Amino acid sequence: MAQVQLFGLWGSPFSCRVEIALKLKGVEYEYIEEDLSNKSPLLLQYNPIHKKVPVLVHKRKPIAESLVILEYIDETWNERNPILPHDPYERATARFWAKFIDEKCIFALWKACWSEEKEREEAAREACEHLQTLEDVLKDKRFFGGDMIGLVDIVANFMGFWLGIIEEATGVKLLTEEKYPKLYKWSEEFVNCSAIKENLPPRDKLLAYMRARYGVSITY
Amino acid sequence: MAEESVKLLGYWASPFALRVKWALKLKGVHYEYVEENLPNKSPLLLRYNPVYKKIPVLVHNGKPLAESLLIIEYIDEAWKQNPLLPDDPYERANARFWAKFFDEKCVPEVMGAFASKGEEQEKAAKARENLKMLERALEGKPFFGGDKIGFLDIAVGWIGIWGRIVEEIAGVSLIDAETMPLLTAWLNNFLEVPVIKACIPSWHELLEHNKGFHKILTGSST
Repeated sequence: MAQVQLFGLWGSPFSCRVEIALKLKGVEYEYIEEDLSNKSPLLLQYNPIHKKVPVLVHKRKPIAESLVILEYIDETWNERNPILPHDPYERATARFWAKFIDEKCIFALWKACWSEEKEREEAAREACEHLQTLEDVLKDKRFFGGDMIGLVDIVANFMGFWLGIIEEATGVKLLTEEKYPKLYKWSEEFVNCSAIKENLPPRDKLLAYMRARYGVSITY
Repeated sequence: MAEESVKLLGYWASPFALRVKWALKLKGVHYEYVEENLPNKSPLLLRYNPVYKKIPVLVHNGKPLAESLLIIEYIDEAWKQNPLLPDDPYERANARFWAKFFDEKCVPEVMGAFASKGEEQEKAAKARENLKMLERALEGKPFFGGDKIGFLDIAVGWIGIWGRIVEEIAGVSLIDAETMPLLTAWLNNFLEVPVIKACIPSWHELLEHNKGFHKILTGSST
């Protein structure tokens, strides 16, 4: 049995985050694709509380919840490519923005793209407010982590990659270059970053999935 | 040596502010406490926490931090004495996992039981189910932190007080000694630790305050 295993899902941004972190740290791992409509007994054994992916298993000990897993990876494989900064205040700030993205941004963006017409305006207003917040946090840095990607960049992978695909599938435009030039530029840097690029799901496959799952017809 | 300044913006009836007080006291950190007059939030609070506009906010040498669990982790890293999180990365991950579970799966259910009119029993049942799961993290230890209190103890401990208040006001059962013997025993020990006990607000005042709250939330009369 491999020392490190990751139970994941090909199209999940949460699962992808963990793969990015493992690749950044140069950790070899065995990847196990889960079928969420038919969860494996191992997954249910390793994550009995939430029964979700991702789950990292290291030396037979399971860890669930992507933010918790990311910190575990950073603390366990701490010789290279730190995900969190050294300074306690900067660490706390990074954790704050990671939590903000997970608790506020992703849901607001998702709702803004998939809501019914009448709810979309309010959802979009909230989503845009959060995008502006992130734009202001980024300032003139290349990445949220500074010169290198860090925790917030990894957690913002939804904005970096998934959002653009959902925008294409639904026709809703949120993260535009005109409104959020810094964040837009960041998203381009993000997907071109070598540690990220190799770990993103295939774009066409994800786009087709989004269209099919949410009933938007494709005409060529 | 430059003088260090630590300020905590809080609210006397907030369990989240209490968590941070516990952490500061356990570390022996001197701080200035600033009581916010909720719901009239001060300009200082709005400046220090523009994203959520909530307490608690810790201000250390002029630099603000929000979100109670993050503040506790910061306190643990900025002041090394009496560590709150364990050394081992796996144990740390466990503590963070359960604190997150408590905040995301237990607290909303408890609030739900408190705030609903007509559905309080169902919501309390769900809260009990989730609270019971916390016993897995105790594993026969006196505290979540092992032999002494740690991060997870101070994250969860307030439920011993507020839980009883919700039980009394909403007429529900949340922490049941029969089905949750480990949690009950832990709470009894935790709330008696002197530094913990010293920070707890007056039961009577909390009860009255929350009775008023309950009336507003459920639209009920006396």
